[in-house]
Amino acid sequence: MTLWQLVAKEILHRKLRFALGVFSVAAAVGCFTGSATLLRAHDIGTQRILAAKQAETEQKMAELEDDMRKATLKLGFNVVILPKRQALADWHADGYGTEYMPEEYVRRLAESGLVTVRHLLPTLQQRIKWPEQDRTIILIGTRGEVPDAHVSPRRPLVQPVADGTVVVGYHLHLGLGLSKGERIVLMGREFVVAECRPEKGTEDDIAAWISLGQAQELLGKEGLINAILALDCVCAEGALPTVREEIGRVLPDTQVIEHESKALARAEARSRAAASAQATIQRETEHRARLRRKAEAIAATLVPIVLVACAVWMGFLALENVRERRSEIGILRAVGLRSRQVLAVFLSKALIMGLLGGAAGAVAGLVAGSWLASALEVAPAHAAGIGDLFEPRASLGALLLAASLACLATWIPAMLAAQQEPADILREE
Amino acid sequence: MTLPLLEARALSKQFASPKGGVQALADVTLSVDAGEFVAVQGPSGSGKTTLLLAAGALLKPDTGRLTLDGVEPYALNPDGRARLRAEKIGFVFQEYHLVPYLTALENVLVASLPKPAADARPAALELIEGLGLKDRAEHVPAALSTGERQRVALARALLNSPRILLADEPTGNLDRENMVIVLGRLAEFAAGDGAVLLVTHDDGVAGRAERTVHLRAGRLVDP
Repeated sequence: MTLWQLVAKEILHRKLRFALGVFSVAAAVGCFTGSATLLRAHDIGTQRILAAKQAETEQKMAELEDDMRKATLKLGFNVVILPKRQALADWHADGYGTEYMPEEYVRRLAESGLVTVRHLLPTLQQRIKWPEQDRTIILIGTRGEVPDAHVSPRRPLVQPVADGTVVVGYHLHLGLGLSKGERIVLMGREFVVAECRPEKGTEDDIAAWISLGQAQELLGKEGLINAILALDCVCAEGALPTVREEIGRVLPDTQVIEHESKALARAEARSRAAASAQATIQRETEHRARLRRKAEAIAATLVPIVLVACAVWMGFLALENVRERRSEIGILRAVGLRSRQVLAVFLSKALIMGLLGGAAGAVAGLVAGSWLASALEVAPAHAAGIGDLFEPRASLGALLLAASLACLATWIPAMLAAQQEPADILREE
Repeated sequence: MTLPLLEARALSKQFASPKGGVQALADVTLSVDAGEFVAVQGPSGSGKTTLLLAAGALLKPDTGRLTLDGVEPYALNPDGRARLRAEKIGFVFQEYHLVPYLTALENVLVASLPKPAADARPAALELIEGLGLKDRAEHVPAALSTGERQRVALARALLNSPRILLADEPTGNLDRENMVIVLGRLAEFAAGDGAVLLVTHDDGVAGRAERTVHLRAGRLVDP
């Protein structure tokens, strides 16, 4: 016969009381574990919600980036480089420059190593009277994109127009009944219609594009251009001054203006969208943090109350147990059991109660916490299963807490039992 | 010359009560030799149980000196006294003090709790058999008669082969048949070089002892 056997026999004898004690510990630990599980589910939910929002934002931003690239492509260019002496008022009024600069500038710029300016397109543009058709058109000479010498060649944004061919705007081909492949005469020179452009609703609708060399020849401006268009350059969000400064260093007698505000507006819209998405994530983060603080506050109030209530209840059960076993304590001491062995008898029982209640409470708390997390939509559906919420360390902690709680709650009654004078008990009996 | 197994010299013990101090023992001097069966008689409240508890190293007297098998229990610390009780003293009480959730056999084995030993179980079974409880070994106290309970309590007291048995009204609740069994076993124990100090009201029971001392108001008196 050992003390452990004595404890086990006593537990079996007073099953109901023992079960009540186990239930009490389980309730305390369950409340603790449930709260911790709920908070953990909340944290996992927060992580997943924010990750989903981040991914969604990144996807939207990628789409915007793509849209931006396409938009920039369609808009044609971002900045235009003009001779310094060009009056901008005239340029805006006419839609093209009246001053000229050497075509060689574009090569110099392409070889300069500037990274802010890409897709250089030299043009010579002038409003002319089409003598053969008696109508005013905008003649645009273009030679296509000049490749950067310092970077690998990219897909050109604007295709060149071959010598002897012409691309005609909407109103021109509509008004003259032109179609692709037809031959026309422009300023005494024969051209083949290479492309008929769809309607754009801009001056492009009355434009005719021919090769730059032929345009220079027809307009008597050999070796000259009046603008360099820089397409898809890195000029968004206040970078224009940098572009100006860099170009100014390479081509001192030029000026740079932002030609098409739509591209910039799109870039800004994209930036605003990015900022807005980030703000949404930030708001969600703060919202989740507020929810967590509320949950923490409830747990911080509820858990201690339940712990204390359970401890008091366990203490009461232990006190009742000591009272019931007074005669037993007397005889145990009379046969030679030391007071600390009597203490051990009561604390061992509390320990078993604590461990069983702790295990039951930890499991119940985990299941209840998981269920509550789902019911209260703390975490997105199926975002946090029991497997995700189970933390071995926390469970071990709960078990230790339960054992400590049970032993502490039983300590005073157990001490009372151990300190009882056997003579007093035996005399009274 | 052999020393007495139990020697009490001028033991006094007073209990506090709302009406003032109650002198439970007053200058009690008594010695019990090995092999002796001594009965203590006296009216209720005369201090018989107090004397028994003091002799059993359970109740320290206010004054006086007690020696048990050459050891002064009250000179020892509580652990030492507990060890002394486990090794040298057996108790039998009128109310048995059996543990309700243990079987008769387990109740006997309770005496081995302070120092569990492998041979305790066979020894307990032998004692139970010797006291005619072989068929009742696996019964809990509630299923035993009063006589059987007292015999279980006696077996428990005997398990550790004590030097002295202290019995407080052990036959108070027993019928004649059980009384004979219990007293017979006590006498047998005393005859085996032990000693028995038995408290009783009953002259017939006291008559089984070799010597009877009388207590009145805490003092040993002539009959």
